[in-house]
Amino acid sequence: MPTGPVIKGKLSRDDILMRAGMIVIALYLIVTLVMPLSVMFSKSLSTYRFDLSAFEFQVSDEAGTFDGTVLTGLELNEATGAYKPRDLNTNADGRLGVTGFFPDFSFRSPVEYQIRSIAEDGRYLVGSTLHTGSDWQQLDSNTFRRVSLRPTKSRGISNFVEYFSTPALSNSIKNSLWIAAVSTVITVGLAFWFAYALNRSCMRFKGAFRLIAMMPILVPSLLPGIALVYLFGNQGMLKELLFGASIYGPIGIIIGSVFFTFPHAFIIISTALAISDARLYEAATSLRASRWRTFWTVTIPAARYGLISAAFVVFNLVITDFGLPKVIGGQFNVLAVDIYKQVIGQQNFEMGAVVSVVLVIPAILAFAIDRMVQSKQVSSLSARSVPFQPKPDKKMDRIFLTYCTFVGIFIVGILAVCQFAALVKFWPYDLSLSLKNYQFNRMDGGGWEAYYNSIKLGLLTAVVGTAVVFFGAYLVEKSKGFKTGRAIFQGFAMLPMAIPGMVLGLAYIFFFNNPDNPLNVIYGTMVILVVSTVTHFYTVSHLTAVTALKQMDGEFESVAASLKQPTMKLFARVTVPVCLPAILDISIYLFVNAMTTVSAVVFLYSTDTALASIAVLNMDDAGDIAPAAAMGMMIFYTNAFARIVHLIASKGILGRTQAWRTR
Amino acid sequence: MPEATTGDAYLKIENLWKAFGEFLALSDVSLDIEEGEFVCFLGPSGCGKTTLLRAIAGLDLQTKGSVHQAGKDVSNLPPFERDFGIVFQSYALFPNLTIEKNIAFGLENAGRTKPEIAARVTELLDLVGLEEQRKKYPAQLSGGQQQRIALARAIATNPGLLLLDEPLSALDAKVRVHLRHEIKELQRKLRVTTVMVTHDQEEALSMADRIVVINNGRVEQIGTPTEIYRHPSTLFVAGFIGDMNKFDGIVDGPEGITCGQMRLQCEQHAVPKGNRAVMAVRPEDVVPHGGDHDASGASGQVETQGNTLNVEVTEMEFLGSYWRCRLASASLGTGELIANFSMNAVRRLDLSEGKRMMVELPKSRVMVFDAAGV
Repeated sequence: MPTGPVIKGKLSRDDILMRAGMIVIALYLIVTLVMPLSVMFSKSLSTYRFDLSAFEFQVSDEAGTFDGTVLTGLELNEATGAYKPRDLNTNADGRLGVTGFFPDFSFRSPVEYQIRSIAEDGRYLVGSTLHTGSDWQQLDSNTFRRVSLRPTKSRGISNFVEYFSTPALSNSIKNSLWIAAVSTVITVGLAFWFAYALNRSCMRFKGAFRLIAMMPILVPSLLPGIALVYLFGNQGMLKELLFGASIYGPIGIIIGSVFFTFPHAFIIISTALAISDARLYEAATSLRASRWRTFWTVTIPAARYGLISAAFVVFNLVITDFGLPKVIGGQFNVLAVDIYKQVIGQQNFEMGAVVSVVLVIPAILAFAIDRMVQSKQVSSLSARSVPFQPKPDKKMDRIFLTYCTFVGIFIVGILAVCQFAALVKFWPYDLSLSLKNYQFNRMDGGGWEAYYNSIKLGLLTAVVGTAVVFFGAYLVEKSKGFKTGRAIFQGFAMLPMAIPGMVLGLAYIFFFNNPDNPLNVIYGTMVILVVSTVTHFYTVSHLTAVTALKQMDGEFESVAASLKQPTMKLFARVTVPVCLPAILDISIYLFVNAMTTVSAVVFLYSTDTALASIAVLNMDDAGDIAPAAAMGMMIFYTNAFARIVHLIASKGILGRTQAWRTR
Repeated sequence: MPEATTGDAYLKIENLWKAFGEFLALSDVSLDIEEGEFVCFLGPSGCGKTTLLRAIAGLDLQTKGSVHQAGKDVSNLPPFERDFGIVFQSYALFPNLTIEKNIAFGLENAGRTKPEIAARVTELLDLVGLEEQRKKYPAQLSGGQQQRIALARAIATNPGLLLLDEPLSALDAKVRVHLRHEIKELQRKLRVTTVMVTHDQEEALSMADRIVVINNGRVEQIGTPTEIYRHPSTLFVAGFIGDMNKFDGIVDGPEGITCGQMRLQCEQHAVPKGNRAVMAVRPEDVVPHGGDHDASGASGQVETQGNTLNVEVTEMEFLGSYWRCRLASASLGTGELIANFSMNAVRRLDLSEGKRMMVELPKSRVMVFDAAGV
């Protein structure tokens, strides 16, 4: 090739428009995701320590004359041993009293004290007034009582050192991993056979079972916890079944996790089993392979990516879940709850950030492996495969029906218990039915207002989120050139899935609750709830949109350009109508998740924007378990209703706008 | 922008290069296309012909080099600012719009009134003969009909240049032959300059005014279908278009080559004497000689004169309108000669497998190519 400049294409108006749009949405993701996370990360490295050498003290004689020696805090502490080195580590709000340096201190004594700072960042409080600088503050002993030192900030890993040297905290890592691993094995096992029965047998009621399997998606993850309390709690109906073991702890968390992760595993495994190739089974039969051998050599290998993917999704869901262990975890600490305890309970934001960083690591790992596995699954699909048609087999079909019935009873049972609990007047003493538990306005937690807020959040998230996600996906899929920009955008779009909700919520506190941030105005409003929910559930929505867009002919944009028609006209006239099914799927996904999510928003709601799912949490916390169950079931019915509306709307819209699909 | 009018050609492509990383998809491609001409880019898949088409459209810009259309430098313009209509292999019809709305898509926002658009759509539907289908959706039409709609949509705005990217390869053989003819008719009627990309030599030979044969990102030959077929300028073109017998040989003069023990006379060529070269002759150019089989059967000794040689028929394959025969000749070396004989010739000479016969390779049909060019 000759040397000389490479031809630089002139950008058309459309190219510029699309790039600008992509940059806007990328900026949205930077502001709502990357920046908060980086602030949180830097927070986890911020350490606060009382620097005793930064302060000097002097004591007067009883006449009030200062002629004694001037001593630094460090020297005083060495002399008196008032504080151990550990005591000097603190957080941003730390305060250290100084009277301990003077063993014979008495606030009635006429002796006076003076204090000054000799380092630039040495700050101390007298009462609530902050002082710095090397001018002596002369104080009588009664005032000196109210002096407290403030810590100096520096960067380092001492928060992490402290975390890992505090067994009460670092034990949670083990607990979380253990809970997640056990729940994963059980859920994937149950879901596999359930999906197998639905895809590979001729048993009856498949449609009903499919519906039942999806029900847990419609409720907050903490709802099974409430049902388990009613079933196996201290006054539980079936308490004896546990033989004295307590439901408050790992047992409860695992059972509840199996419940709420079941549909996720079921969908993935069911998809994997559905694409299996009948020709392989015919080959196996013609080679006279036994059923057992066929299962291990054909079925399992074909579904292995589905199984692995399901395992990592479940693992991720369990390890990052906050609602369930909060309700039923008892004294059993897990990472997600630790974040909540550190932040809400102890106001130790730095330690909350440390736990968040620790939690992100397994979550990102699970996510990355899942993505790798899923990209492989796509490539194993062949267009020439023949779909497998199960043949009736009376005995097997009956076994599968029995099995699915048990799983179905488990799922429906949990929800039925909640509904029952919500309607009973006073468990277990007065079992007459009433609606008094629905008088939410009499309880803490936000009342009916919270419920309406949730619906508002759901609708706003569905509308705004779908618009942002679909448009963003379109821009990144269909714009030309600009490779680096698009790759970065894809990365941002995948990130939210790896970030646990608790971590995102905490990051939002750090980022948006900073008075210096001009976006501070959205803190405590509905806006931040919508933003956090859209961002939290961005990835799955994005992938749905991308999948739909990839099925569109790649040359539509070229045709439009050759016809001198703006890309946005093509987008409105062709792309959106053709992708409408996917768009509706995204919006219902966002709505349902906005209704049920607890983790990200638990740090972000204010009294004006309390949410139904948070109300469940708070009412449960306050001991109003029955109303909590009632509210949880309200969420269930709302989501079920939304699903039905979505179904009818889809059918209606598809009937009218998708006439072209039928030949 | 420099208003560079370079020559008279409607489309002028000069020294085009396209690199994908290290890989050169186009190397120094230059060609001129006259106004109203139908030009085919022909080559094996991956040779760069589609890349060249997309560079002309501005869909994927070339790395270096220039493209002038109607005297205007369009080298770096986006597709939006160029003047062309395009039909893709997939047709890319908008699935949710009816046929008429698909065609009208490009007619909107260009200052036309609604009745004008409707009239133009009707005119185009008439042109492609699909007037009754106007309210249907693309999925309700056959592949051939979809293809014609795509064509109608591409020419709706009267573009100066029509680009066709393998427009027929998604269709089955019968429809393809029929549409070939139809597209060519339409192009003649509209006199629109047309560039078509294809890997199907029959398509190119039957439709194009001129063919550009491309291989490995380079232009191998530009010429009319008969020139390309009769006088391929490289061994690649000779082998790629039509069937060709090839034999290794050594050049022994400006009009001669020796293959095995045979010295063959041929048209004048430029390969220096003594060089290794390839002798090529098309199966249909092998002339069967009557009467000789009796002699060969009797004595096994026949005087070879000129380009005539003694062969044995080893295999005969009936292909409907002619026979394809495999002929073995000791004197030509190891290779086997393939010849297409008409039904008449086979009947007249009473050919069958195992028979010996005489064939002639006419001097004017024997081609010689430099072996280094393989």
